[in-house]
Amino acid sequence: MSAVRVLPAGPRALLVELQSGEEAEAFHAELLRRRADGGLRGVREIVPGARTVLLDGVEDRTLADRLPCWEIPPLHRGAGEAVEIPVVYDGPDLAEVARVWGVAAAEVPRIHAGTEFRVAFCGFAPGFGYLTGLPGHLRVPRRATPRTRVPAGALALAGPYTGVYPRPSPGGWQIIGRMPEVAALWDPAREPAALLGPGARVRFVAAGAGG
Amino acid sequence: MSPGLHVVRAGALTTVQDEGRTGWAHLGVPRAGALDAPARRLANRLVGNAPDAAVLETTHTGCAVRLSGARSVTAVVGGAGCRVTLDGRPVAWGVPVRVPDGAVLEAGPAVHGLRAYLAFGGGLVPEPVLGSRSADLLSGLGPPVLRDGDVLPLGPARPCPAHGAVPWPGAPAELVLPLHPGPRDTWFTPAALRTLTTAAYRVSERSNRIGLRTEGPALRRSRDGELPSEGIVLGAVQVPPDGRPLVFLNDHPTTGGYPVVGVVAEAALAAAAQAVPGTPVRFVVARP
Repeated sequence: MSAVRVLPAGPRALLVELQSGEEAEAFHAELLRRRADGGLRGVREIVPGARTVLLDGVEDRTLADRLPCWEIPPLHRGAGEAVEIPVVYDGPDLAEVARVWGVAAAEVPRIHAGTEFRVAFCGFAPGFGYLTGLPGHLRVPRRATPRTRVPAGALALAGPYTGVYPRPSPGGWQIIGRMPEVAALWDPAREPAALLGPGARVRFVAAGAGG
Repeated sequence: MSPGLHVVRAGALTTVQDEGRTGWAHLGVPRAGALDAPARRLANRLVGNAPDAAVLETTHTGCAVRLSGARSVTAVVGGAGCRVTLDGRPVAWGVPVRVPDGAVLEAGPAVHGLRAYLAFGGGLVPEPVLGSRSADLLSGLGPPVLRDGDVLPLGPARPCPAHGAVPWPGAPAELVLPLHPGPRDTWFTPAALRTLTTAAYRVSERSNRIGLRTEGPALRRSRDGELPSEGIVLGAVQVPPDGRPLVFLNDHPTTGGYPVVGVVAEAALAAAAQAVPGTPVRFVVARP
């Protein structure tokens, strides 16, 4: 049984800290199940992080003591369809990522498109998912000098994460490609608004350079 | 012609705000909503609206709007203290006023406080996004920041009950923020935590709807390294690398990687919304 730490985040919120991203995902899934079953009175936000889950709007003062005693079933992978995202692997940092990975540049798309990702958490901008799935030895550092403008749709890596920029912004992630249909990432008029919500499984599919 | 407001003078930063959008933080969507929530609720009550109707939130310089397409509408200017005029003639601040069709209601520059709220019978009804009409300046959701010449639609007004004089809270001479320690208070030295709750800080010029930044002594961390991104609540006091505590307000990012030393309860944030740059800030330990 691994340790669950419950930290206060003000009078009405709890930050649950787990030992790993995997455990945080499993705990998040359990929270969603319990809320769907009518539990977690008052909780209006359940926000997963890299190794944490934030519960905002907690009314039950005994919850902090009870959370560490929960039985958390292991994460059930493989349920439902993976979201497929066509991308073009032609980013300016392909060579740098290949160097860090110790492979030929042509191998980067093959490895990346051969990986099943999962949205660990969101943030930075609406519709931006932090995707995990690459093995630990394929972590890449952020660029030493961030770019002042990363275009919308940029497919990029940093640390253990992959992400697609939903709109132009400054950014320090290593860009390995682009998603031509970037508008599909985020549409507040659609239900669900985000293509990549927490827990979603994702595969990138290499498309022709003409996209 | 349906009733609306024609923006005559947009001011430095005027936005449409209601209660904001909750329930979307897990997708990276900030809450948004009026920073001075009690002022927004009171203004709505005075013009006969539901408390969550959308109002205008001005910043420092006020704004002016002309009513069009309605016989008349009840309006009120509250929040930050300012001169209020109707077609150039003075009217009372904080008290409902009847605005006839074609008349210009103006909130002048703030004299006390920072953000004035203009509520109109029927409320502002631009297209909602994810259930809210609030402008969110971090992510750009909701109606855009007002510009001169914009037209904002008004909803159907309800009968407006008569009100006597009502008390509006004043802007704070000193901003006292009760702080609930955690979740990452252990990332700071004991001396830093003492400094936080004893030193004099001031509201920085660089404050905005995302956060109230402070000037004052830097807080030293007891550990190096990065904090993996984690969820952030409204009122979280984050300490970025420069060591100056920053109080997150309604347009705050939903996750972040700098340690949050403590959290200011929501009820204390209305005063933060009205604290002008230079206002002294005191963080005090909240009683649990």
